Amino acid sequence: MTTSAPRIEQQDTPQGRTLMVQGAWTAADLTARPVWDALTAQLKGLDKGKSDSSWNVTGIEKLDYLGAQLLWNQWGREWPANIEIEDAQRAVLETVARFPVTEIKKKKADWRAPVVALGERLFSFADHIKSLVRLIGQLLLDIVRLIRHPGEAPLRDFSGHLYHIGATALPITALVGFLIGVVLAYLISQQLRQFGADAFIVNILGISLIRELGPVLAAILIAGRSGSAITAQIGVMRVTEELDAMRVMGIAKGFRLVMPRALALAIAMPLISVWTTIAALVGGMLAAWVAMDITPSYFINSLPAAVDLANLTLATSKSVVFGLLIALIGCHYGLRVKPNTESLGQGTTASVVTSITVVILVDALFAVLFKNIGV
Amino acid sequence: MTDAVVEIKKLWTVFKNGDKESIVHKDLDMTVERGEVLSLVGGSGTGKTVLLRQILGLEKPTKGEITVLGRPAEELGKRGAATRVGMLFQQGALFSAFTVLENIAFPLRELKVLPPDLIREAAMVKLQMVGLGPEAADKMPSDLSGGMIKRVALARALIMDPPLLLLDEPTAGLDPESSDSFCLLLRALHRDMGLTVVMVTHDLDTLFELSTRIAVLAEQKVIINDAPKEVVAFPHPFIHEFFLGERGQRAMELLREYPFTV
Repeated sequence: MTTSAPRIEQQDTPQGRTLMVQGAWTAADLTARPVWDALTAQLKGLDKGKSDSSWNVTGIEKLDYLGAQLLWNQWGREWPANIEIEDAQRAVLETVARFPVTEIKKKKADWRAPVVALGERLFSFADHIKSLVRLIGQLLLDIVRLIRHPGEAPLRDFSGHLYHIGATALPITALVGFLIGVVLAYLISQQLRQFGADAFIVNILGISLIRELGPVLAAILIAGRSGSAITAQIGVMRVTEELDAMRVMGIAKGFRLVMPRALALAIAMPLISVWTTIAALVGGMLAAWVAMDITPSYFINSLPAAVDLANLTLATSKSVVFGLLIALIGCHYGLRVKPNTESLGQGTTASVVTSITVVILVDALFAVLFKNIGV
Repeated sequence: MTDAVVEIKKLWTVFKNGDKESIVHKDLDMTVERGEVLSLVGGSGTGKTVLLRQILGLEKPTKGEITVLGRPAEELGKRGAATRVGMLFQQGALFSAFTVLENIAFPLRELKVLPPDLIREAAMVKLQMVGLGPEAADKMPSDLSGGMIKRVALARALIMDPPLLLLDEPTAGLDPESSDSFCLLLRALHRDMGLTVVMVTHDLDTLFELSTRIAVLAEQKVIINDAPKEVVAFPHPFIHEFFLGERGQRAMELLREYPFTV
């Protein structure tokens, strides 16, 4: 069944002008670009105010609600004085005419809006801090509960998280660490050669990689990889009402969801940090060998003298804090997700951005606090 | 020229799970004529929803062909598909990032042909045709009740006035009252818009209230596709259990009281 394009034909009779509505006025036909352009041009050409022209709709092939809406708007939302129309078409047009299509009121711009927005931001920030503090407190209580009733420990959850957060992250952290080590060693070797201070590359690489770059690199990678996953997991549980289901069963989400993740990250993070540092040192060692003829055996032998043991302690304790923070921030944003997909996306983004920022902030704090130790 | 909206010929659906094969449909034939309200009925696992998804072109049958409005089903899903088929998903499938009005207007707006004002007006009309007030337009899907979600989803399916409407469990999860009013709404829309409807339902009230034909899926094919009264009289153990059980008896009273014809 083929239909012809929607159009209006004019017929001049002794009684005046008659506008014949022809063709198929349906969504399928109207939404084809050339048809629509031709029709709007034709409709614009008609003089809206001219009341002496009468309309004839009986020649129309098909009329649906979209076509009716268009006709009705053309008539200025009222029935034309002279019209020929069949009952079925009149019914469709009457449906369109019956419902108001009032403009939705737009909110007026208010000079107070920026101030209100700032205030809302502050309150929301305070709210985040408050619930983060509450989360930390709950974690402590849960750890106390764990110590008093070790039999209740969610061990399977814990080991699962340890595997997913820790073990599966090993290849990517090793690769990134190795490449950073290579890049650093090449850059430093060129500078040191100018001063003939080749041997100091062990000191520079050792201190910077072990104390700073290793833990921070690992933490940033884990924040992007596992922080987002934690938020998404808990967020989806909110969307699918699994969190509510847990609550009505009397299962504490702090003990069952937050604590295993926090403890798993607190244990996995220092291990990954050491792993990343080793990969970076190996990269630096090989690059120093190639670029400056510093043999690996010299590198390994002089490393303990160059890097104080306190650095290692500092790096490890820093990593534990990073791990806890990443897990807590991930859980915090996950628990705040509202049951819709948009909120889930926003929560995941905010979680990653916040945890990376916090990792760097805390790292700076450690650097200032322990500036006299190990250097 | 036949007036078939959906034609299914020699359809085979085989699911492979490891090395186990389960045959869901075997040489299944079915035709839906214009203007019918056809209900698909069958026990669980007989592939009702799968059949619906195959009609929509969301899943590919193993063998056989499906023609929808004279074209192969795989061609659906291309630009302008909303002008041919409307689908009401079981959970509504509203876009949670959009308001109600944006959801309804979405298929029309995506074509980027019509002016925004006309699209908004058309969406407002559809919103009110499904029995919601203009004040619902700015709400988000997460603020709606189950019945309202179904109505908005229906309005969205109908925005481009497609001749064919597919419904997956239209009244599942609704309370009896909203379920009844949803049936009335579907019936009124079917009458006013001359729709062809294919639906999957377990709800006997909905079934008898709306269907002009019932197709029963059993033994991997359509065992009967006929008017409700004929189907009920058909001798088959599944039909006997489904319609003539206690629940069926109660719902059958509807059939006698309000014979519904197009």
